[in-house]
Amino acid sequence: MDQNFRLSDGGLINRDKKLSFKFNNKTYYGYEGDTLASALIANGVHLIGRSFKYHRPRGFFGAGVDEPYAMVQLYRNGETEPNIKATEQELFDGLEATSVNCWPSVNFDIGAINNFLKIFLPAGFYYKTFMWPKSFWYKVYEPFIRKAAGLGVASIKHDKERYEHKYEYCDLLITGSGPSGLASAYAAAKNGARVILAEDKARFGGTLLTSEVNIGNKSGKEWAEGIIAELKEMPNVTVKNRSQVFGYYDHNMLVMSERISDHLSKTKKFHPKQRLWYIRAKEVLISSGSIERPIVFGNNDTPGVMLSSAAKEYLKVYGVLVGRNPLIFTNNDSGYETAIEFKKNGVDPTILDTRKDPQSEIINEAKNLGINIKFSYVVVAAQGYKKVKSADIAKISDDKEQLGSVENIKCDCICVSGFWTPTIHLASQSGNKTKFNEEIDAFVPGISKQNETTLGAANGSYTLEGTLKNSFETAYELSKKITNNTNKISLPNVVEKKSTTHDKFWCVPLPKGKNYKRFLDFQNDVAVSDIEIALKEGYRSIEHVKRYTTLGMATDQGKTSNLNGLQLVSNIENKVVPNVGHTTFRPPYTPVSIGAIVGREIGKHSKPTRKSPMHKWHEQHNAIFVDAGVWLRPRYYKQGNENLFEASKREAKNVRTNVGVCDVTTLGKIDIKGPDAAELLNRVYTNAWLKLPVGKARYGVMLREDGIVMDDGTTTRISENHYHMTTTTAQAANVLSHLEYYLQLVWPELNVNVVSTTEQWAGAAVAGPKSRDLLQKLFPKSDVSNEGLPFMGYIEGDLFGVKARIFRISFSGELAYEVNVESDNGNFMWEKIMEVGEEFKIQPYGTEALSTLRIEMGHVAGSELDGRTIPYDNSLEGLLSKKKDFIGKRSLTRKAFIAEDRQKIVGVVPLDKKTSIPEGSHLVKDSNAPLPNPKLGYISASCWSVEHDNPFSLAILKNGKNMIGEKLFVMSPLKNKVIPVEIVSSHYVDPKGERVRS
Amino acid sequence: MLHIKCPHCGMRSQNEFSYGGDATVKRPELGKEISDQDWDNFVYNRKSLRGKHLELWQHLSGCRQWIKVERDTATHEIFRTLKANEDNS
Ligand SMILES: [Zn+2]
Repeated sequence: MDQNFRLSDGGLINRDKKLSFKFNNKTYYGYEGDTLASALIANGVHLIGRSFKYHRPRGFFGAGVDEPYAMVQLYRNGETEPNIKATEQELFDGLEATSVNCWPSVNFDIGAINNFLKIFLPAGFYYKTFMWPKSFWYKVYEPFIRKAAGLGVASIKHDKERYEHKYEYCDLLITGSGPSGLASAYAAAKNGARVILAEDKARFGGTLLTSEVNIGNKSGKEWAEGIIAELKEMPNVTVKNRSQVFGYYDHNMLVMSERISDHLSKTKKFHPKQRLWYIRAKEVLISSGSIERPIVFGNNDTPGVMLSSAAKEYLKVYGVLVGRNPLIFTNNDSGYETAIEFKKNGVDPTILDTRKDPQSEIINEAKNLGINIKFSYVVVAAQGYKKVKSADIAKISDDKEQLGSVENIKCDCICVSGFWTPTIHLASQSGNKTKFNEEIDAFVPGISKQNETTLGAANGSYTLEGTLKNSFETAYELSKKITNNTNKISLPNVVEKKSTTHDKFWCVPLPKGKNYKRFLDFQNDVAVSDIEIALKEGYRSIEHVKRYTTLGMATDQGKTSNLNGLQLVSNIENKVVPNVGHTTFRPPYTPVSIGAIVGREIGKHSKPTRKSPMHKWHEQHNAIFVDAGVWLRPRYYKQGNENLFEASKREAKNVRTNVGVCDVTTLGKIDIKGPDAAELLNRVYTNAWLKLPVGKARYGVMLREDGIVMDDGTTTRISENHYHMTTTTAQAANVLSHLEYYLQLVWPELNVNVVSTTEQWAGAAVAGPKSRDLLQKLFPKSDVSNEGLPFMGYIEGDLFGVKARIFRISFSGELAYEVNVESDNGNFMWEKIMEVGEEFKIQPYGTEALSTLRIEMGHVAGSELDGRTIPYDNSLEGLLSKKKDFIGKRSLTRKAFIAEDRQKIVGVVPLDKKTSIPEGSHLVKDSNAPLPNPKLGYISASCWSVEHDNPFSLAILKNGKNMIGEKLFVMSPLKNKVIPVEIVSSHYVDPKGERVRS
Repeated sequence: MLHIKCPHCGMRSQNEFSYGGDATVKRPELGKEISDQDWDNFVYNRKSLRGKHLELWQHLSGCRQWIKVERDTATHEIFRTLKANEDNS
């Protein structure tokens, strides 16, 4: 029947809105305000998956973030997502979910054989079982594990959803909206502080929603609602539900994931699915509460065994019964609250209390209600396979070591309470030195490293009045420090039931002759016996025990298992828990989707795209673009059915015969001004710069201090104290930082200013034998003759009314010029060049032709200046001044750099003049030598020489100086190629450099 | 993410800065004779200190100034920040 386990009224769900959903292909109904877990339990579904290692049936253990097993594969709006906690996923109409970690189905699971196979059982089973024999890993173990294990399947489809990032600052960040969170947020906000209050769940209030207390004559729930309503109205307060602060990083930076649309069947238009908040807080108040601790007993993983606080939450928030015949197993007063809730709703629970004769207000209340209570009693083992059917119980001796005779009683769920464990994950992540609190048998925050304070249950304080008082005071003091305000809130009257001390009992001994599995870590299937084995095998450090057994690992991060694991280790080792210490808590506290971490920086948004002012023109003329750093540059301009090879050959050939134009806007440009500008250049470049006249350009090479070439380019003296430096496209930003470094830190006495002007100038390289004729027509008023504008000369000109800078420099090795105009006029310049150039058969050329031209000319570029070569290697030693010092000069005398057989750039031509040589190939003497074949050098760049009409490459070759004319082999094992080659000069075209000066 | 006080701009997040290494290293004077060992020490040899460390950062996405930051390499605590021309002592 529909929602058989739903109470006829009560709870905070909206009963007017019925929702339909599917679990494992079966349709069910729930209400708005349900979680997937509460809706399934309302329908009596408790078998939700299989455990990770033994594939034992698994149900629900918690009601929120503490849930170790109820993870499902979620389907929503055509997308699928793994690793979703059913206890956190809010129900929406049309939700679909399936079990994970079971095959072929949750009811019949092949992996459950693991449960009976001894070889799969022990701790460290990955290390021991699957390592031998090695060949079995790929063929037998891995395919088997892949099929049978896992926590769901990640989608391979592109995620259509949008995820956002947000940066925020505040005075106080408060994590959790239980009593301490609400009180501190309210007190700080009233005192004028900027407050962010973050709540993981959909509903604010934390334990106030489920506990029977009274604050200022209101129920806990009403008080919480009042505070939240007031906070929401305050301009200095941001209140966020469905928001988990999952990481505490350096300098009070916290990261929070906000689930904006996950609770809706479809994300609203223009809304993100999730938002990641980077919050820099002056002070952090951790009010994350505590998680109930299990008591360990036989078969304690059977569906139907769950935390007593979860059972209460299902009742009070969702109006759902986790069972009709509940057994409460407790060592403290909390279990009584759950029992009383059951009783009030017409269900008769039985309480087993490990304590002998506890006395308190709430115990009396339970007694008065007629609840059956057995003191000094424990659950020995749960019975039932897919759901609890009964429990073996026994009386326990006062020393907690001897069990009485075992009886079996019927029950359909076992609600466990082993007291509380403060949620100290965030405090621990912040660097807080946690300490062990004997009274509550758990770690609490100790000495803070950052500006962080932990309040309430997270700090081990379990009375409401104490928590509220402390929270009001702390938040007031902290906010006063920041705002200097003194608006104090007075503590309302608090009514709560007094409770008595808990019993430090956490693990039920095994009855004689029984070998029940007693689980510590439910997510990773770690049982008491696994820890015992690990310790027997010599593991001592808790960090090692964790890794060997997987205790407290994975998405769960030991929320319910940590302390019991520590108890066990300390018992066996005869140590006290604080001496064993706890393992390191690491972010994230709960799983965060990859989408949220990545945010908007996906696809083409993963990096900015820079386009030259002529980009439109290139697009309109069939340019095929290539990424050059963040720039988009035309690689070639396609004509008809041409491919890359044909087009680039045509473009390069046209430069050699007529004239071509290339967009060189992307080159880095740095404006250098000041009386000491020449001196700066003289120090950063390897050649001499002090005597460069105004109106002249010079080629320069700059080194790092270790002697490696950093960059090259031309710098032009525009006027007395004004220079224009160009850098390669890739190094532009680094060169600017490099100059700033020396000017600000090393030579602050130099009076020079540097600024990037890369984006201020559009550049066109006009190259080819007819370039001068073209230039004369573009600048009829200027003298561009060989005398008026000689090689490496510079003039300013008027391009049909637009001011232009004309540099006679060449990268192609042809007679060539570079024209720069202000960026806004870039397209005008380009169109004029094309228009006027028509009669000279001008063609645009892209980076591929540009490479061809420079390679056959032997000009070095990024593939040679790759951060591993010195000037000599690139045949740039002629540019090293002997007279002056410069950055990196001292390093050039290092032994390896002056070795006789030092590597040097050479040209490489295949003997058959046909076979193209793959870039990155190695050069060897003997292609049949035994491996490893000694490598003599590598191919840095390859092209098809348009001048010689055969393949040509540049290579960096050992003893290159003396290798010209040698026959070697190029080997590319990747492409399975062996090519016999001849070593030639790297200057394959116009070795004397006559064309550029013509 | 660290929070670094640029002496020119104020408190900014680490992602606006780039790291520049040990700030106590002094570049040898240009044109001066220097032994191989001293040059090696300048170019390559750095102490990997645990604790207080004076280091260079450039406020790359801000004022572009190189600054000095005194930071504990173990705890990330930043004790003070200085302009490039301010004395370390
Ligand atoms: Zn700055």
